[in-house]
Amino acid sequence: MLWKLVREHARPYTGHIIAVLVLQLVSTLATLYLPSLNADIIDQGVAVGDTDYIWRTGAVMLGVALVQVIAAISAVWFGARVSMAMGRDIRRSVYTRVDRFSAEEVGRFGAPTLITRGTNDVQQVQMVVLMALNFMVMVPIMSVGGIIMAVQEDAGLSWLVWVSVPILLVIVGIIVGLLMPLFQRMQDNIDAINGVMREQIMGIRVVRAFVRERHEAERFTDANAALTDTSVRIGRLFVLMGPIITMILHLATAAVLWFGGHRVDQELVQVGSLTAFMQYLLQILMAVMMGTFMFMMLPRAVICARRIMEVLTTPASLMEPAHPRTPEHHDGTVEFREVTFSYPGAEAPVLDGVSFTAPAGKTTAIIGSTGSGKTTLVNLIPRLYDATSGEVLVDGVPVTQMDRATLTRAVGLVPQKPYLFSGTVAENLRFGRPEASEDELWAALDTAQATDFVSERTTGSGEDVRTGLESGISQGGTNVSGGQRQRLCIARALVARPRVYLFDDSFSALDVTTDAKLRAALGEYTQDATVIMVAQRVSSITEADQIIVLDEGKIVGQGTHHELLDSSETYREIVDSQITAEELA
Amino acid sequence: MSGRHAKTRGSSAAKLKRGSTKKQDITTTDLTEEEIAQFQEQGVTDEWGGGAPRKAKAFWPSAKRLFATFGAEKVGIIAVVAMVVVAVVFNVWAPSILGDAMNVIFGGVLSAQMPADLTRDQVIEGLRATGNGQAADMLSGMAFVPGQGIDFGELARLILIVLGMYVVAQLFMWLQGRVLNDIVMRVVYRLRQDIEAKVNRLPLSYFDTRQRGDLLSRTTNDVDNVQSAMQQAFATLVYSVLTIIGIIFMMFWLSWQLALIALIALPLSGVVIGIIGTKSQKLFTAQWRHTGQLNGHIEESFTGHELVTVFGRQQDMGERFDERNEELYQASFKAQFYSGMIMPIMQWVNYLGYVGIAVVGGLRVATGQMTLGAVTAFIQYSREFNQPLGQVAGMSNMLISGVASAERIFELLDADEQEPDLTEGAGRNELAQPVRGRIEFQHVAFSYTPDKPLISDLSLTAEPGQTVAIVGPTGAGKTTLVNLIMRFYEIDSGRILLDGVDTSTLDRGVLRGQVGMVLQDAVLFGGTIRENIRYGRLDATDEEVMAAARATYVDRFVHTLPEGYDTVIEDEGANISAGERQLITIARAFLADPALLILDEATSSVDTRTEVLVQQAMAALRTDRTSFVIAHRLSTIRDADVILVMEHGDIVEQGSHEQLLAAGGAYHRLYMSQFTQGVDLDAQAAAVAPGTGPIPVQAGPDDVTPAEREGTGDPGVAATGGLAAPQAPGQGSVEPDVPGSGRP
Repeated sequence: MLWKLVREHARPYTGHIIAVLVLQLVSTLATLYLPSLNADIIDQGVAVGDTDYIWRTGAVMLGVALVQVIAAISAVWFGARVSMAMGRDIRRSVYTRVDRFSAEEVGRFGAPTLITRGTNDVQQVQMVVLMALNFMVMVPIMSVGGIIMAVQEDAGLSWLVWVSVPILLVIVGIIVGLLMPLFQRMQDNIDAINGVMREQIMGIRVVRAFVRERHEAERFTDANAALTDTSVRIGRLFVLMGPIITMILHLATAAVLWFGGHRVDQELVQVGSLTAFMQYLLQILMAVMMGTFMFMMLPRAVICARRIMEVLTTPASLMEPAHPRTPEHHDGTVEFREVTFSYPGAEAPVLDGVSFTAPAGKTTAIIGSTGSGKTTLVNLIPRLYDATSGEVLVDGVPVTQMDRATLTRAVGLVPQKPYLFSGTVAENLRFGRPEASEDELWAALDTAQATDFVSERTTGSGEDVRTGLESGISQGGTNVSGGQRQRLCIARALVARPRVYLFDDSFSALDVTTDAKLRAALGEYTQDATVIMVAQRVSSITEADQIIVLDEGKIVGQGTHHELLDSSETYREIVDSQITAEELA
Repeated sequence: MSGRHAKTRGSSAAKLKRGSTKKQDITTTDLTEEEIAQFQEQGVTDEWGGGAPRKAKAFWPSAKRLFATFGAEKVGIIAVVAMVVVAVVFNVWAPSILGDAMNVIFGGVLSAQMPADLTRDQVIEGLRATGNGQAADMLSGMAFVPGQGIDFGELARLILIVLGMYVVAQLFMWLQGRVLNDIVMRVVYRLRQDIEAKVNRLPLSYFDTRQRGDLLSRTTNDVDNVQSAMQQAFATLVYSVLTIIGIIFMMFWLSWQLALIALIALPLSGVVIGIIGTKSQKLFTAQWRHTGQLNGHIEESFTGHELVTVFGRQQDMGERFDERNEELYQASFKAQFYSGMIMPIMQWVNYLGYVGIAVVGGLRVATGQMTLGAVTAFIQYSREFNQPLGQVAGMSNMLISGVASAERIFELLDADEQEPDLTEGAGRNELAQPVRGRIEFQHVAFSYTPDKPLISDLSLTAEPGQTVAIVGPTGAGKTTLVNLIMRFYEIDSGRILLDGVDTSTLDRGVLRGQVGMVLQDAVLFGGTIRENIRYGRLDATDEEVMAAARATYVDRFVHTLPEGYDTVIEDEGANISAGERQLITIARAFLADPALLILDEATSSVDTRTEVLVQQAMAALRTDRTSFVIAHRLSTIRDADVILVMEHGDIVEQGSHEQLLAAGGAYHRLYMSQFTQGVDLDAQAAAVAPGTGPIPVQAGPDDVTPAEREGTGDPGVAATGGLAAPQAPGQGSVEPDVPGSGRP
């Protein structure tokens, strides 16, 4: 998965990557050449007493070192470029993919995990690519180059390479092999202990109310003991690893001295070559070790890559029509024809054979208990989801055959959960219609009963004080109260001036006074538009032109308030649960 | 020689694993938006904001205290330091003996070329005589026996000595690592236990006034941070500093001239780190800023996905994404390039030193002022020198950040605790069994913050078995009142009695054990539905759990779940709706079978039809129990024995539904406002405006921070900033009191 993801996104940077390879090759070769030059200094300079040669070779060494550093820095330049650019591209891929998702896919993944995948996960992959280009590439070059150079210095000693490298690999491999599952366990332990702590802090009232402090402390102690146990094991392996590896390197050095000494004595090799060989062997072993440790980074990156690929390979279920149809009329009629909707894999449909017409310019209210499918019904109109079967029509054209922009202009939604974007009040209001004039914004705010607080609103401090429409909104709209947020969301939909307004339980955070004023003003503002509103309170919809009663995804009643009181049992139940009959009269 | 290499790699691998835990960071996204709003309002975000630990406010005192936590492990720590010293001595000494071994080989090679019948001095003389003065100079610095060749006995002896030294050094390194590891883990374990104990002793007001994300971050990330600082930084620092000293000593001992050349590299490295390091630090800051901005944008686009879709803003948002993505790319490329440059440059400086030593050393060997072995040993020393230097720099950062984390933990550990319960014999009272459930408030005064009195003089009596409903606008003190019964907060004056016993003289556990509480936000714990219900009474049998579930209509929806009672409740997973969660909390209280029941907006997320069913269940639950019910839907509390109408921390009306309706006072207006909308706005305003009923001079509702509770996606009426008149409670809206939103 990691490979596939990287390969797909590496394509535009093939040139860069080749540059990294070449430069790393140069840099590594230069690094490898230095011990050889040092050997020459000893053998042909020191041993013979040729100071001139020592100076000359010294200058060459400096030159080689300069080449090495230039190559290395250039390699880092290209490496950073490629890896960061790939990170950027993968992020963009994830973003554009999610952008095309319908609410269904977003819901299936959940926004939080999508965010993690688009941010942290990409970052992990990007770091692995960087590491690979900066270090991993060097490992094989260094190993192969080191072996070649070492053999060149003294082929007779090369068996030391064949012996020491596998020993190091096996030992490091064993320790890493022991560590990996422990890391996984440690991660689980940390999640567990953080989870317990999180629950205790978030649920502190419940813990205290039920006098479960001791119970919680026991849970925590268990988690703490488990975490400590794993940490101790990991720590012990770690402190073992350093000394063992160091010892292997020392043994290799000693072996070179001993066996090399014999070969020098037999005049098979020169002293300088011996020191060079020693350094090559160490370089090879270091490279091998580094490569092994790099591998420890991989599993995590592989998981991240898999999570990213999951997003990238999920097809968006909403398709743009190839040949969009233009609406037959522009009055904002909404019609449901035998609409059924079920979530993939779910047994029972959320909506089951729903048919009704919301006539143009009229108000249609939808009521029903939790889980009866009200929100789903509303969400089908702006095509947040597509119906599993049946058709949803706006202005006489099925929404699936409508151009997205046309549909967007026709329909305005105030969602159940009021959400604002970071920016200014004005930017938020213009979200649906960027070209709206300031007067239009105020008109919408007037209707939404938001003029007072917006005009008095001030954010920022010092030089950066901004007021009214220009005052700042934080991400999600957390710096306004729930009621204010809801009113701004309503105003935002009003500014867009769609032909169809959808209010999904959009007045819940408003107090009675504001609610009543808002409804009165709204009636005027949306006079010619079709209004579909989901409601919880019966009292708020008694005036609607048409009420649709949903129960378990089916329409069980349709008519005006008074008609339904006579005809629909479910409606009466809802009414009874909220209001007694005589109070209504 | 490369032990340090292994060590660095090891620690960076450990960092890696730790890095992954950081991903768990409790960022603000974990908080409900209301909590964030609340804290932004209180302006505490900066001071208490979570995230990366900054520099410690007072480094040395905190560092001292951190080390003091190792007090119990003094012996172990001394042993560790002693072992490190031994290991360093051997590690630093060994290369010079390796150099001697090198000399044996070199000398042997040269000697083999000489006639065996000459003495050492004769050879040197002979060389001088033939005009080979240079070679003579070189040989004069060496020990050799002409014609003998390499002395393998001596070579073997030296190699064995070196190996022996390394074995001892590595053994001690391993041993100290192991001992230190166990010590650190014990200390961190105790630290975690201390924190847990502390959390259970902190008063609730502490949790109210702090950002929970920050609190969590202190108890988790900061502890992790301390752990890694202690585990890695401590040992590595000691080892590195000692090694540096040892190497410098050995270098000067071998040749002060070469030592000076090697040390030239030191200021050069300093300059490199100084210039490029500072630059890359700045670039990294920029990178994190851009990362934050981009992540913010991604979060917004994904969270507000449906709005972006509905309002057709994909293109616009996409362009902004591209812009920020590009900015991040540029910033991170620069940061990575600059920081990536440090290593090659440092290496280059190292090579410069290496070449310098090779050349100067070679010249000195050629003139006999130094042996070849000494030069090879020197080269080795100079190569090993940069390693601990870099580590000291890296580990100091780690240590600084560890101390900053420790400081944050100590702040938590030092926070004021709640008054301990009275001990037996020190005036503690016991409850007579069976508990009848009579609650009496006698002139109770309470405020979250001294300058903002909330309840000034409240008296009430609830007889055993009575259902007491509490209604009133936001901020009237409804939740506060029930919290006081639970002794979540201590009252300022007056008394609260349970069955005639002052609750402040009772053990908190005993008191709370008598009360079942259902809160507005349905807090459930990780685990199955069964486990969550059982939380109410840990020793309940499965049958009892199921009975409670049936009585509270949990059973109904549990049957529609594939895993039934073993369904694991997930935080994010939408497998259980908000209403269903609330039913589970009701079942939990049901199972506890308490003498006293408190229902604080218990059914706010349950739809009205289900609520009717739950009401029936709760009616059953309420019989023979004193119950306090806070409800926003007045329809649900009509049959309460007593209805208390609260305003501004005081009870303004009291009586049964019929009595209060007939009285035509505040309750009547509240009631009418819920059922007939917009008929008489003025009357409604009057209903809650000051002047109606005996309202003491107290803080208005706007003085209580209106934290809206999440639970239903149906947030309550928040008192808008500068709201003059309190708002009437909206029907169907949740308008919770703010339990303990005492402002800091």
